[in-house]
Parts: sequence; structure tokens; C-alpha cells
Amino acid sequence: MDGINLGALFLQFLILWFLAIGGPSTIFPDIHRYVVEVHHLLTGEQFAEIYTLAQVAPGPNAMYVTLIGWYLAGWKGVVATTVPLLVPATTLTMLVGHLNERYPDAPLFRGIRRGLTPITIGLVLASATILMRTVNHNWRGYFITLVTVAVVLRKPWNPLWLFAGGALAGVLGFV
Amino acid sequence: MSDQTLQQQKLPNTSVTQLQLFIAFSRISLSSFGGAIFWARRELIERLRWLTEREFVEIYTIGQLLPGPNVLNLAVMVGYRFAGWSGAASAVAGFLGWPCLVVVGMGILYQNYGGFSYVQQALGGMASVAAGLLLATVIKLAAVVPRQWRSWFFGVLAFIGVGVMRWPLLWVMAALAPWAVIAAWKYE
Repeated sequence: MDGINLGALFLQFLILWFLAIGGPSTIFPDIHRYVVEVHHLLTGEQFAEIYTLAQVAPGPNAMYVTLIGWYLAGWKGVVATTVPLLVPATTLTMLVGHLNERYPDAPLFRGIRRGLTPITIGLVLASATILMRTVNHNWRGYFITLVTVAVVLRKPWNPLWLFAGGALAGVLGFV
Repeated sequence: MSDQTLQQQKLPNTSVTQLQLFIAFSRISLSSFGGAIFWARRELIERLRWLTEREFVEIYTIGQLLPGPNVLNLAVMVGYRFAGWSGAASAVAGFLGWPCLVVVGMGILYQNYGGFSYVQQALGGMASVAAGLLLATVIKLAAVVPRQWRSWFFGVLAFIGVGVMRWPLLWVMAALAPWAVIAAWKYE
């Protein structure tokens, strides 16, 4: 673990994040390949552990790259793997956001906003069903998922209570 | 009727400061277990009323076309809209600063206590809830799509391609997006 080239890691992650169109899940296989298969910086088990932890931690799911950096090289590693994630958002997105605010009626932006909105919704639905199938191993898991949907659509309660309920159900062995 | 729901009343031009943006995106980030879009929608539309349902989906759609985490791109654009460059920086700082610390803290805790089976069990139950939140978000957002077959057509294809066939997102977008944009352009 002492031979880690943080500069190379930074550069690799930077390139990958520019390719991450549609979100972090698109480059997940490539990050796995780089860290586990090619450079053997982490074992497959460590990688899975890190990924699961970041999924349940508050914040965007992409934060697993931060944890990879921490496992590899402490705070320096955190910088090397997290800063690349910020670069496309602070350059490209800023520019597009600027143009969209400035020229909201440009036909291209109108077409994109109106035409692609249904696709966005289809994609979020796809994520939701994939997530549902990944995390639920039996009918009781699906039951918790569906109760969550019903409560969120009908009640204005803070869903953090639902998380507390889900955690309790898990500890009591219901899931 | 669908036109009524579509043309939601434009919100009054709210003035939002950098600090408010920082706090809003900190709240979104720190409550986001298992995905941020549910909390972003709840905070920005329902609680703060900074955006309409439609504006939110449109900004999110543009964010999805750009590389990087979708809600991070949303944070940049919402911050920029209300308070320029420094607004975008404040939103991003709130959105990523805390989770950075929290995720490292959880890594340290896990290295010490992760072996306990009840931790794993609790996480399992919470993951099922997270899936439900995402599903509920889709149902709410779907209300902005016009009740026309043409709009739903592309949405259903995107769902089948990515969710059922499990094709790479990039291919599905490359195949569908140009036609969807052209259709919206031509038939508006």
C-alpha cells in the first residue's frame, strides 16, 4: 500500500468523472477496474464494503470515492479522489447553467428541457427499481419499501422517522 | 386539466442569499440517505418554495446530461441562478463538505464496530426505506409530464432500456435523446 501514486490516481479519476454523463453509476465499473483489478490497491471485499458504507451514509452516493481515498492514503487520498469529482461540475455545469439562465428561450434549451424531462423520469424510475431489487431479499424488504412509498405520498412526516423504523425493523430481525 | 397542472403559477422572484443556499444544500446533503434527489425535491419545492415542480425537473434534466453526480450539478445551477458564482460555490460547499467528513467518520467507525451483526441488519432495513423514497420521488415528479403519448413514449423506452434490459446509460441516451429533443422542438 505504500507505493500509491496519488498523482496518477488523481488524473485517472479526473478523466473518469468527465465521462460520467448520467451520474456516478456509469463509471462505477471503471473505478472498480482501476482500483481493484489493475492496480490491486484494494481487495474486492474492501471495495464492496466501502461502497455499501457510502450508500448508507448521508450525502450523494458518489461519496464512495472519498472513502476509497481515505482507505488508501488518509486525507491526502481524500483530496486525490474527491477533487476530480468537483471539476466537471464547477466548469462545464457552471457554463451550461449560465447559458441556460441567459438564453432560456433558445430552441435547443427548450427542446432539451421539454423533450428530455420524460426520459429523466424514466431513468429515475429505472434506478428506483434496480435499487429495490438489489436491497430487498424477501417480501418483507419489499413490504418496507412499499409502506415507505405510501407514507411519503400521503403524509407530510419527516422521512427520517421512516429510516429509524427501517433500522429498528432490521435490528429486530424483520428484514 | 393537465394544462392547469403544467403551467404551475410562476413563483415570485425570491431573493436567496449565499448563506441560505449553503444551509439549504447542507440540509439536503445531511438528510440524504440512499440518494439525494428525494431530499432536494422536498427542500427546494415543498419546504423553501424556491422552485416549481417543473423548474426542478428541468434543471435536474440538464444536470443529468452533464458529467458528474446529478444533484451536484443541480446544486451548481440552482446556486448560480439565485446568487451567481458565489451562490454556486456556497451550494456546492454545503452539499459536499459535510458528507466528506461524515463518510470518513463512518469509515473509521466501521473499521472498529462494523463486525456487529445488528449494524448490518439496521443498514438492511434502512436500504429498503431508501428504495421507497426514490420510488415516491418518481411518482411525484411524473406529474409534470404532459398527458400525451409522445412524452410518455420516450420515458417508457428509457425505463425499459436502463431498468429492464440493463443497457449502459450512455447508449440509451445516445439513442433516445436526439429524437426526444427533435420531437419536442417540432411539436411544441
